[in-house]
Amino acid sequence: MKGYEINVHHITRVEGHGNVVVNVRDGRIEDLRLEIVEAPRFFEVMLEGRKWDEAASITARICGICAIGHTMASILASEDALGIVPDEETKLLRKLLIDGETIQSHILHLYFLVAPDFFNVGSVIPLAGTHPEVVKRALRLKKLGNEICEILAGRKIHPIGVLPGGFARWPLPEEILRVRKILEDARPDLEATVELFKTLKMPELERKTEYVALKAPGEYAFYTGDIASSLGKVTPPQTYLDRISERVVSHSAAKHVKAQAESYAVGARARLNINHEMLRPWAKGVLKALGLKPPLTNPFHNNTAQLIEVLHCYENAIEMCDELLARKGYVHRMKQPTKYGRGAGASEVPRGVLFHDYTLDADGRITKANCIIPTGQNLANIEADMHTLVGQMAGREPQEIQRGLEMLVRAYDPCISCATHFLEVRFV
Amino acid sequence: MKPKLGVFSFTSCEGCQLTILNLEDQMLDLLGAVEIVNFREAIDDRRNDYDVAFVEGSITTPEEVEEVQAIRGRAKILVAIGACATIGGINALKNRHDLATTKQKVYGDGARHFPSEPTRRVRDVVPVDYEMHGCPIDKIELVRVTKSLLLGQIPLPSEHALCTECKQRVNVCLYDKGICCIGPIVRSGCGAICPAFGEACVACRGFLSHPNIASMVEILKSKGLSRAEVEDRLTQFNSLTPVDLSPYYLS
Repeated sequence: MKGYEINVHHITRVEGHGNVVVNVRDGRIEDLRLEIVEAPRFFEVMLEGRKWDEAASITARICGICAIGHTMASILASEDALGIVPDEETKLLRKLLIDGETIQSHILHLYFLVAPDFFNVGSVIPLAGTHPEVVKRALRLKKLGNEICEILAGRKIHPIGVLPGGFARWPLPEEILRVRKILEDARPDLEATVELFKTLKMPELERKTEYVALKAPGEYAFYTGDIASSLGKVTPPQTYLDRISERVVSHSAAKHVKAQAESYAVGARARLNINHEMLRPWAKGVLKALGLKPPLTNPFHNNTAQLIEVLHCYENAIEMCDELLARKGYVHRMKQPTKYGRGAGASEVPRGVLFHDYTLDADGRITKANCIIPTGQNLANIEADMHTLVGQMAGREPQEIQRGLEMLVRAYDPCISCATHFLEVRFV
Repeated sequence: MKPKLGVFSFTSCEGCQLTILNLEDQMLDLLGAVEIVNFREAIDDRRNDYDVAFVEGSITTPEEVEEVQAIRGRAKILVAIGACATIGGINALKNRHDLATTKQKVYGDGARHFPSEPTRRVRDVVPVDYEMHGCPIDKIELVRVTKSLLLGQIPLPSEHALCTECKQRVNVCLYDKGICCIGPIVRSGCGAICPAFGEACVACRGFLSHPNIASMVEILKSKGLSRAEVEDRLTQFNSLTPVDLSPYYLS
């Protein structure tokens, strides 16, 4: 078999800067790397010396796509360090915000980054001419997620007033009603989305791996929960350093991470594989109608899992609105710190489980910070899948293989700038 | 012929280019008015024949210096978008630490593999025609600036303090709620969105050209903020515009 080389400099339609490098000689893979070439930002150092009440605002800026997710992990870590237990209403509103971000992020990924591959175009722009109804629907649905966050926290990119202890501004009942109304109005667009994605056939790829996601009683965990793995154990967020270990690979500015197996997956597919029984009815029904039975072992089905999660978050968001509206007469008060110590928080963000960990000194200033980012956790797993795919596609044209690899990387919805923003590399 | 637009990203969270994608209501109009020829996050094309370049992010590596110089060479108009690009923003917090120590701490012996320079604004590296401030940039301003550029005009950034927009929005002043805010010395343009949602201004649009630092510090001191707490407020986004506090703390 002839050899070939694939070299994709700055893969498109992903967040951040990554290269795909494959070198096959005499049918043997000599080199295969997903290079992470994002410029590091040193957040762990930037946080040193800052007051606890700045942490959420600073770490939201790790990522524009999952700013609400970073804010959640940050305030959960801070509350753990500050001895704050938020009230139930605060948790409901936080969950509603997470639903909004998850819908927006998944829709952006599915329609704008993934769908062009299935229409054989290089971006969503040509589709505006050939399939205007699809593009208009995509824009409406993307706006849905953004609007929910804008009504409740001013912006989706870098939310305002989402703080340890509560919200700087509590929404008015009519604002929650408006969120509920725009959710209701979006139902036909979501139904059409399900129909569209039913027609897109995901490439086949099977490889057994470990899945890691949060697990919480009585719900499909997003906000927070205990660390669960498809290989067993469930332990609290504070144990994250015992559950996973990071290792340095020289071609990646973000460290690779492993749990029990050599690599593991986080994100929509991992969450679905671990928590599918807790999906809300519509989401569960569509999963069944698609003929899919968890665990989903094909990484391309991360796209499908995102679709299912959009429906789940939609249903959950309406439920959160109703619960909040039912609490008439509730007056929101921010809770204040009761101590300064060390705390860790875990939250499910669109791309998987995210950990923040802060240590505070006696003045409430950060002396040590750590973050474990979903994309960093997925990197080793993506490379393992790339190996399997290259083997499976042996004999096909290099161009076709390249396209398959790009689609595979894209299916993980990597957020490379996130993954690189907290790196602590130790060369051995 | 439609003007050609390129969108480029350097050290940042990419939230400003996402704000472009968040123009859901105007997206189809925008695509009718300009041709997007380079936008890695959204499209496969990577053409270099752009007229206007929107540049997001701070410049923090030698590679980024070369890239932004090449973009400047090709673009007729270069617009720096967002706090990382216009004032250094959060990225500039890095410059408050000794870079050699930081690198040693983070990379150990491998520092040479990941070159990092002190954070710079885009205009510290190449000439910039317009700066769109904010973290992230504001959608309404983005549309307004884009329209102006299409009409061949370069708009002027705001030189009013944030307080003017707080009044326009009929926000209750945060000082009346017992919250300290540095809005009086900060450039507006965001519609005072943070105070409207209960949080003090973080100065993500930078300070006014002639901020009254003396009065601002006096107010913050009178509200009981320590020198370190005053410094926190002035440095979160604006470490590249250091304010010498020593004249106000002589005793």
